Amino acid sequence: MLRVENLYLSVNGRSIINDLSLHVEEAEIHGILGENGTGKTTVAYCIMGVNNYRPSKGRIIFQDEDISQLSVSERAKRGISLAWQEPARIEGLRVRDYLTLSGNHSGSQHIEDCLRMVGMEPAQYLDRDVDNTLSGGERKRIELASILAMKPKLAILDEPDSGIDIVSLPIILDGITELNRQGSSILLITHSEPMAQMAHRVSLLCAGTILRTGEPQETCQWFKENCQSCRHINEPLEESRGL
Amino acid sequence: MISRSVEKEYEVMVDAYEKAGGDRTSLVSKDIAKLVIHQNRVLSAQEVDGIKIETKETESGVNIDFVVEKGVKIARPVHLCFGILPQEGLQEIILKLNAQDDSEVNVIAHCIFPNAVKIIHKMDADIVIGNNARFEYRETHYHGEFGGIEVIPKAKINVGKGGVWLSTFTLSQGLVGKLDYDFEVFCQEKAVAELVVKAFGKNEDDIKILEKIHLDGEGARGLAKSRLVLSDKAKAEVRGETYGNAPHSRGHVDCIELVNGKKAHAVAIPIVSVTDDRAKVTHEAAIGSIDRRQVETLMARGLGESEAVDVIVSGILR
Repeated sequence: MLRVENLYLSVNGRSIINDLSLHVEEAEIHGILGENGTGKTTVAYCIMGVNNYRPSKGRIIFQDEDISQLSVSERAKRGISLAWQEPARIEGLRVRDYLTLSGNHSGSQHIEDCLRMVGMEPAQYLDRDVDNTLSGGERKRIELASILAMKPKLAILDEPDSGIDIVSLPIILDGITELNRQGSSILLITHSEPMAQMAHRVSLLCAGTILRTGEPQETCQWFKENCQSCRHINEPLEESRGL
Repeated sequence: MISRSVEKEYEVMVDAYEKAGGDRTSLVSKDIAKLVIHQNRVLSAQEVDGIKIETKETESGVNIDFVVEKGVKIARPVHLCFGILPQEGLQEIILKLNAQDDSEVNVIAHCIFPNAVKIIHKMDADIVIGNNARFEYRETHYHGEFGGIEVIPKAKINVGKGGVWLSTFTLSQGLVGKLDYDFEVFCQEKAVAELVVKAFGKNEDDIKILEKIHLDGEGARGLAKSRLVLSDKAKAEVRGETYGNAPHSRGHVDCIELVNGKKAHAVAIPIVSVTDDRAKVTHEAAIGSIDRRQVETLMARGLGESEAVDVIVSGILR
């Protein structure tokens, strides 16, 4: 479904993405696991086409089309969407309107179901604004609900568990599972091994490149043994590459 | 007996009100207090139990005495409709408003100038909100596309002990023309005041806002909030002033001006002052272009860039 080929991106002269290649299958939950500062969010922005994150080299192929030059909205119309790690607050925009923006939802009942799927009572939230009156956790859950409402072909979820309290975490995991069950492929970006465990495959990111891709358990174990104690964050040892 | 000409003028005014988004039934209903004024002619003034409205037509407008009687809580909003339908004219409204102790009312005002080429609309209001009274006032303007209008609303508002004054002034449809808004509130003990202004400046619109709140009584609270969007060559100056003069008074000035045009010009001047060491007054002002992250968040749901900007602008002016 998604092929990222030999992507390079520098910001202010600093290399952030460095020959990154990635392949997400149809209906797959594909994890990207990495420590802070390894380029995980930048990968999400490159795939979504966010303005200041235009790769200098490489291609992004979505359903056999090169989308590298398309705008964010053109990519969204083709079925890609992004749940931001720190979603924007928009004054005066009601939750109900935010959830129906894409036009892909199938009625108000579906919108309410999407909120319930992320553990939110529709009556309490539909008429609230997506602004700074929501807590960080509430805003994150609404972000996931809006992705559920949109039903994209590919959902990029950037750290969907950050800012979520421990009680709500299983609800978020269920929501992601449901999104996948409904047919969306998911690129799940995380630094948390338990989160990565729910993926079908996991790619390990360091210094803007994929070190290895494999089964979640095996990859998480490798991450635990090598990355968490590594003193060379973002300077991967040569022997780590391509493993 | 209503003369045929007044009846006809009233019908035209109600039509304009409806076209501007007003609910026609609210001006037609017999059990809702209302006041309809075209230029200097009172076309309709309807009282309900607990509300007294006296009017006097003058050469340039109308003098209004508006009283909400003590202890009366009006269930349905009072509707005011002011306007000038021809291209030119002057309308000066002199308003004396007294919401007596323990009263409660919600007033919705529509000001309609759909054809303005050379119009001046002035309001001078002297407002007293009694002890524990609550008065909510929402004024929405509908201007045409010519921008030939000057709007000059000025009010002095005294809010008694435990009283509440909430006002919202919105001018986002049509061209603003020139706006010179000046509201000043004096809050007594535990009184609450909120002044909110929302405006969308386009072309060469010229907007001046002054929101001034004096927190003179212990525990008084105030919010001076403004939301402006400026495009083309529009300019705006917003002054939000809050004075914490009493123990445990709390005030906040909150101004956002979005500039969406290379020649638009926005200025914000917040003034916060405290003369009692137990008072606290804060301010935040943000002026700048529309946030890129907000735009891209909406684009990631499939909106085009200009659609995303429209959603953000509509939200901030809602």
